[in-house]
Amino acid sequence: MRVITTALAIVVGLFVLAGYFFQVGPLVELQVRLIDGAIIIAGMAILVGIFNLAAVQMEKFRARQKGGMYGILLVLSLVVTFGLGLIFGPENPYMRLTVEAIIIPVEASLMAILAVTLIYASIRLLRRRVDVMSVIFLVVALVFLFLMMPTPFGPIPGDRAMIDFLGMFSRGGARGLLIGIALGTLLTGLRVLFGVDRPYGGN
Amino acid sequence: MSPALGLFILAAILLLLFIFLRRKSSGSFRIIDAYERLNRSVGLAVEDGTRLHISLGRGNLFTARGGSALAGLAMLRRLAERTSVSDRPPIATSGDASLAILSQDTLQSGYRAAGAEEQYRFTTGRLTGLTPFSYAAGTIPIIHDEYVSTNIIVGDLGAEAGLLVEASDRENANLIAASDNLSAQSIFYASSQEPLIGEELFAAGAYVGAGTPHEASLNVQDVLRWLIILAIIVGSLVKFAGALI
Repeated sequence: MRVITTALAIVVGLFVLAGYFFQVGPLVELQVRLIDGAIIIAGMAILVGIFNLAAVQMEKFRARQKGGMYGILLVLSLVVTFGLGLIFGPENPYMRLTVEAIIIPVEASLMAILAVTLIYASIRLLRRRVDVMSVIFLVVALVFLFLMMPTPFGPIPGDRAMIDFLGMFSRGGARGLLIGIALGTLLTGLRVLFGVDRPYGGN
Repeated sequence: MSPALGLFILAAILLLLFIFLRRKSSGSFRIIDAYERLNRSVGLAVEDGTRLHISLGRGNLFTARGGSALAGLAMLRRLAERTSVSDRPPIATSGDASLAILSQDTLQSGYRAAGAEEQYRFTTGRLTGLTPFSYAAGTIPIIHDEYVSTNIIVGDLGAEAGLLVEASDRENANLIAASDNLSAQSIFYASSQEPLIGEELFAAGAYVGAGTPHEASLNVQDVLRWLIILAIIVGSLVKFAGALI
């Protein structure tokens, strides 16, 4: 079985990759069909993932773990919204209200907490690690914030020029990091294509 | 032949070559403090009966972000093998359904390799949320309530990583964090003791002993990086010379 899954992964991977490099009619068509099939499987994976989420929460409740009641609340909400979504459809005004009145405000409040958390992290940065790079990191972040913030007197004189000048260094650094990440991604993909890494349970 | 295809073929040939060379003689790597700490933390977690939490992020395997997720899975495989005998097995959390299923498969493979497959529970590979903040909201209780001594955050995350880092900090847990996302990298730089920057994320497998191919990958990355540096310098000089003529 393991040999079959590995062979399947390698062959499908090679065909999809070949479709990118050689724009030949049948090859591109095969690539599209393979990707379509994978997307359908990924859609099913969401249902499996949600089952996993519900199973974990039920187990927490059954074992009387901390936060078990929240788990039950989550599962009940899941069942109710899923059921109503199936009956009324996602475009129903009440279904949309669920998203707009509950999910979006909750995520927005988490974002607000995140802003405070990041300020706190930047304050503690120099307590955690005092070196030249940390000081440069903090100073540049503060300078950028100062140059970008709105003031009651309008834009700070020369702010655009300063942002462009400093941005030259940060953009260069970011491109360097992204090149490294791209190379890492390429090699990770190659290992999967060669069947060396088999995250699908093959090793 | 397109430059991308040329780069791909070159990388493939170099990878095979370095795997062959590495099998004959193993080399050494520079010390990365975060991975040194990770290896110590794994041993301590097994000894004191605490748990590792591996956060794999939200890297969708259908996008370019899937690379970091696959790198995280390679590390998870090795960590699962090393800690499967622990009283509290490691927990892997994901923000993408396909990734969650792969994390379960990977954990099971790790247990099987350690000869402890019967101890594997599918609830140790969890999907905790499908949007960035719901993923963070679902993961934070695990960091707080499940006796986690080390949080390993490796994968594609955005600004929501700040919430995970804060939760880890509150529990005084060890934190090893790396991402392919620049926003998350800047947050990790500000929040962790030994941040992992850029491609260091992809070195995870080699540093936790995932095998020769992972070590060979690092060698190939080094060679390709030098070639790119050379190409940038030569390109700049040619352009400069062209402007002078």
